[in-house]
Amino acid sequence: MLDFTPKEIKERASGGLINPAKTCQPIGAMYAALGIHRCLPHSHGSQGCCAYHRSHLTRHFRDPILASTSSFTEGASVFGGGANLKTAIKNVFAIYNPDVMAIHTTCLTETIGDDIPAFLNQAEIPEGKIVIHANTPSYVGSHITGFSNMTRGMVNYLSEATTETKKEQVNIIPGFVNPGDMREIKRLVKAMGINFIMFPDTSGVVDSPMTGKFEMFPKGGTTVEELKDTGNSKLTIALGSFASTDAAIALERKCKVPAKTLKTPIGVKATDEFLMTLRNTFVTEIPYELEEERGQLVDIMVDTHHQFHGKKVAIFGDPDIVIGLTELVLGLGMVPVHVLTGTPGSSFEKEVRAMLLESGLKGNVKAAGDLFEFHQWIKNEPVDLIIGNTYGKYIARAEDIPLVRVGFPILDRSVHSYMPIVGYKGAMRLVEMISNALLDRQDRDAADEDFELVM
Amino acid sequence: MDTGLAIRERLDSIAVKGKQKKQIKCDTDSIAGCVSQRACVYCGARVVLNPVTDAIHLVHGPIGCASYTWDIRGSLSSGSELYRNSFSTDLQEEDVIFGGEKKLARAIDDLVGKYKPRLVFVYATCIVGVIGDDLEAVCKAAAQKHNIEVIPVESSGFIGNKAAGYRAACDALFRLINSGETEKKKNDPKINYLGDFNLAAEAWIIKNYLYEMGIEVNVTFTGDSDYMALKKAPEASLNIVQCAGSMHYLARKMKDRFGIPFMNVSFLGIEDTSDSLRKIAAFFNNDEITRRAEALIDKEIRRIEPLIRGYRKKLQGKKAAVYVGGGFKAISLIKQFKELGIDVVMVGTQTGRREEYEVIHDLVNEGTVVLDDANPSELERFMLEKGAHLLVGGVKERPLAYKLGLAFIDHNHDRKHPLSGFVGAVNFAEEVYSTVCSPVWRFIG
Ligand code: SF4
Ligand code: SF4
Repeated sequence: MLDFTPKEIKERASGGLINPAKTCQPIGAMYAALGIHRCLPHSHGSQGCCAYHRSHLTRHFRDPILASTSSFTEGASVFGGGANLKTAIKNVFAIYNPDVMAIHTTCLTETIGDDIPAFLNQAEIPEGKIVIHANTPSYVGSHITGFSNMTRGMVNYLSEATTETKKEQVNIIPGFVNPGDMREIKRLVKAMGINFIMFPDTSGVVDSPMTGKFEMFPKGGTTVEELKDTGNSKLTIALGSFASTDAAIALERKCKVPAKTLKTPIGVKATDEFLMTLRNTFVTEIPYELEEERGQLVDIMVDTHHQFHGKKVAIFGDPDIVIGLTELVLGLGMVPVHVLTGTPGSSFEKEVRAMLLESGLKGNVKAAGDLFEFHQWIKNEPVDLIIGNTYGKYIARAEDIPLVRVGFPILDRSVHSYMPIVGYKGAMRLVEMISNALLDRQDRDAADEDFELVM
Repeated sequence: MDTGLAIRERLDSIAVKGKQKKQIKCDTDSIAGCVSQRACVYCGARVVLNPVTDAIHLVHGPIGCASYTWDIRGSLSSGSELYRNSFSTDLQEEDVIFGGEKKLARAIDDLVGKYKPRLVFVYATCIVGVIGDDLEAVCKAAAQKHNIEVIPVESSGFIGNKAAGYRAACDALFRLINSGETEKKKNDPKINYLGDFNLAAEAWIIKNYLYEMGIEVNVTFTGDSDYMALKKAPEASLNIVQCAGSMHYLARKMKDRFGIPFMNVSFLGIEDTSDSLRKIAAFFNNDEITRRAEALIDKEIRRIEPLIRGYRKKLQGKKAAVYVGGGFKAISLIKQFKELGIDVVMVGTQTGRREEYEVIHDLVNEGTVVLDDANPSELERFMLEKGAHLLVGGVKERPLAYKLGLAFIDHNHDRKHPLSGFVGAVNFAEEVYSTVCSPVWRFIG
């Protein structure tokens, strides 16, 4: 019924998208800005974008997502948004009193060519308050690009090299992941006994605890002092090349902090790499606590590997996450036959193909794709499992394939944003989810005589 | 957070019954720098048109506008599910520089080739208004080329607020209706039902009531409607308008063009549902219809009254806050809460009109706060000040209420149970009960 996708693949001439696997820059910028302590994201454009971005984030995180808007009207679009922005700055600090206001543009303000730095020069910013900005034209890149741009904006505006020698501390840019993942990454670094600054850090902001009070600015987020201090760190680790590299490089240029880009630590290999990188620079050994976790994870993978061997899987979502997931399922002996992201960028295809090749596999791999095409691939070569965000449910239903929900956005399930997929613990959770999906399926399809208690 | 009301400009948009004059400032632009809960023109147009099930809804713009509106509406269909896909021209930088008309034309060709639709709506987003694409011309050429209807929707986000989007949608619908050649058969008990989007099957419930009264619903605007049904709209002898905010404008246009009279109705709550069914019956001035209407009302009320009474016992004395899209819905909700023994202590809307605010003012008790285009800090402040136990709102209001330890009801797209008609009145009571009296609140603090 919901299946309108023909099997036959024809070249599409238009460049239009059917059932997109990405969305626009500002929402990524808004999410990144929420990761600054006491920061109000501000959308410089018309109200609609801001309302949509807030609703979407609200549905995913199930927490209040606040952001102000310049509330463009026709006049502003003709004469430029300078006046709106100045009024907005005045009002934002008067009404909501954040420490930081993080402005991002929308396609409208980008198209009319609003010059934000020039407006900021003329604006009255109250003493002690900070305004930063990022350009986020939505006709370029995707929400991941927006996240990356705002994170780089934090560096451009705030990072400072003020100490003679670099401090024994590491900057960690976690990328566009859930607060649960950020908490897990922090736990790993803490367990290593290393000082760190994570930015942006949305934990404690979009997964804030219930107190019976509404805190417009909850406890979480990277503080301005920490953001400034990133310029004094000994190393920056950017997790995920799409969401995090740009900020790390900007910091290297600006404050001479060496930058290292790693994969988002999904699965054994990527988590090992992350911990080894930390160890090589800062400490002599990995604590037993983490070794034990790794050992448990591998134990679980050994216990379950027979379930996974040769199972075909289709993965879609944000590039850094999809790359990590692909590596994880390869490690389980699964066969990723279709791998797609909506975010443009040729390095995605290169990286995924290389991983497949290493395992002696070939598959459909595409950046800047859409779910229509993804669905067509699946029709032509069916899979046992789909891993991706909520939008995969249409394909899962049409083709009767189990779906494991991972990534952004997940609009139809709760609790996910609290539960990590990164680190050894996160990998255990992924293995559990994938395994359960396949076994539930087997139970559901089993004839009475094949239905078993012990599996 | 107590930010008070730090900006004076907002003062005219807020009133307390008994203390101030009846009128508040509404239907104006939001103030820059506020955390407004409002949406845009495109959003208004999209929500109204999206339930047309067999149309291609093609969003001309960068990807976001299409992504965020992909199947979030919750309107059900008895036929095609084509409307639940997301189509976008995904404008890129070079399109913004050189114009997006060619890409749009190609996208329409592509989609028509794939899906063979009879109807395509092409939505303009902000950027299209700025780069100046001639939507009208592209649509016209595509319509001729494919011999189908391709209707532009002038919904650039910045040209107004959500209400302007409703009008843009009505203009698009009117174009569709007006291009048909159907003849009106006088005085058949056949009506168009305007302003129900069939969320959680609500339009079907009302359709059944009317059917029981001997009245045929010709077409619903736009819940579960399709190309063929919409074309027959001029055949109706009466238009009933549920969501006046979105559809009053179309009703007027149809009256002027086809001479179809219209009346406002509301199917929220027992009182409004009964009144509306009686009003419709009275219009046809037909004894049989009137008899059937009374029988239906009697039967339904007898069925649900004990249920409602049960909930009322548990809810009596609770206080509610309301913040919804349109004024009409707010009015119905106030009455509906009265039926449950609940006082509304704060009531606001995103797009309420002056007349609606006057009705609201008359309905509520002394001391109730009435406000237009509220922001979260105002909502918080008044809910706490007035001691509300419950908030009715949409997706962005839910976590706000929860964080304050207040119960919440979704009266927007994310609702899962029909809230219309007699059935809806029971569902509503049950939802209020299940959230207000949930054990989870005990763990707070
Ligand atoms: S860009 Fe314009 S049309 Fe699109 S959501 Fe934003 S305000 Fe609405
Ligand atoms: S694509 Fe542009 S206009 Fe549409 S929601 Fe995103 S920023 Fe707004």
